[in-house]
Amino acid sequence: MSRADHDLFAPLVSLLLALVLSVLPLPDSIVAFRPDWVAVVLLYWSLIQPRRYGLFTAFWMGLALDTLSGSLLGQHALALLLIVYLSQRFHLRIRVFPVSQLAMTVIALLSLYEFMLFWVDGVAGRTVPLIERWAPVTTSTVLWILMLVFLERGRQQAEARM
Amino acid sequence: MSAPGQFAAGPGRGESSHGVRFVLLVLVCLALMLLDHESSQLARVRQGLSVAMYPIRVLVDFPFASWRNLQANLVDREALLDENQRLKREQLSASLRLQRLDALESENARLRELLDSTEVLGKRVLIAEILAVDLDPYRQRFNLNRGLADGVFVGQPLLDANGIVGQVVEVGPLTAEAVLITDADHAVPVSVNRNGLRTIAVGTGDSNRLRLPYLTNSADIQVGDLLVSSGLGGVFPSGYPVGKVIEVRIRPGQSFSEVMAEPISALDRDQEVLLVWAGEQDAAIPEAANLVEVK
Repeated sequence: MSRADHDLFAPLVSLLLALVLSVLPLPDSIVAFRPDWVAVVLLYWSLIQPRRYGLFTAFWMGLALDTLSGSLLGQHALALLLIVYLSQRFHLRIRVFPVSQLAMTVIALLSLYEFMLFWVDGVAGRTVPLIERWAPVTTSTVLWILMLVFLERGRQQAEARM
Repeated sequence: MSAPGQFAAGPGRGESSHGVRFVLLVLVCLALMLLDHESSQLARVRQGLSVAMYPIRVLVDFPFASWRNLQANLVDREALLDENQRLKREQLSASLRLQRLDALESENARLRELLDSTEVLGKRVLIAEILAVDLDPYRQRFNLNRGLADGVFVGQPLLDANGIVGQVVEVGPLTAEAVLITDADHAVPVSVNRNGLRTIAVGTGDSNRLRLPYLTNSADIQVGDLLVSSGLGGVFPSGYPVGKVIEVRIRPGQSFSEVMAEPISALDRDQEVLLVWAGEQDAAIPEAANLVEVK
């Protein structure tokens, strides 16, 4: 596969997969811990290829998520825009962070994401339990770190072969 | 992360234009949310997006649907025979009750004529399948495989074999979104079957609990009372079971007692629900009147 194909294929498939995973039925006991798949994947691609996957991708993915999850139109889009903007604004710094510091940054960004969702729900007068809102932040962060480590390794191997 | 070489240069076209684009998109989002919250002007946009997301919904539902099909195909003969016999018995008793009901219905129609009140027309129903798609875990919502193309409308009541399930809150061309009666933002006007006491059953967010917060300490209600829809509010047809009272706690010093009920329908186990076109000519839902089909 050529480099250009690879660049387009993996992000699109992973974003689509993230959408599917974010509405896949889960048992009630673990549903509260469902990671914010779309936020995680989007954050990854916006850091790796900030030129191509940025604010517009975040906006459209957000609208897709809003439609799928039946939330207020623009709610997820706003939250995604915010974290993608921040991560891109500081991506030069973020990308040289060691893993521990990276984890802290991601926790902060994902907390901000959850907070935005929670806040809009509150303003729109929808009832939401507060505690359960924060469970996805932990699982998402773990997922993000894993993904970054694995994908980066795969990428380096691919480059080495070229 | 020690591989900076793989990262592309930056968001591009300068930091300031990046900021401008961010602000513009945020404004678009805010405008969308405001419009979506305050009015129904975005119905078209939502419908368009809903169609675009249809493949994803079907994709997610597919493995679950095929698993159900597989299970249905692999049932052995014994089980089928058993089921057949059971269904025959049920059919017999149901048809007996139906005969009585026919007599009652005609009697009811005569009495209504005498009273000169509105006629109850036949009700049209359509079976809808619930798509195995998880929506927001904090709200009790689900997708149906019927939409505008089948004449589904917002506010349409949903029933199952046991009683009231919920109502439609949003309709796309091919799918619809419905809310359960146990959603924390939902309330059903009910009456107690035993004595006709009217009240409101509010959802709790837990799919087997309903709350009756507006009953005074002196209200005549007891554990085991059947709650049926009262038909007030014009969304749900009257007389369908909603829940059973399971707990009555009188709190001296408070003006209202704490009453909890359990929904009659298997809200978290249903796979199919009935969409109902209520026959009653109700002024509150003029759209419904156009869809009535006399049977």
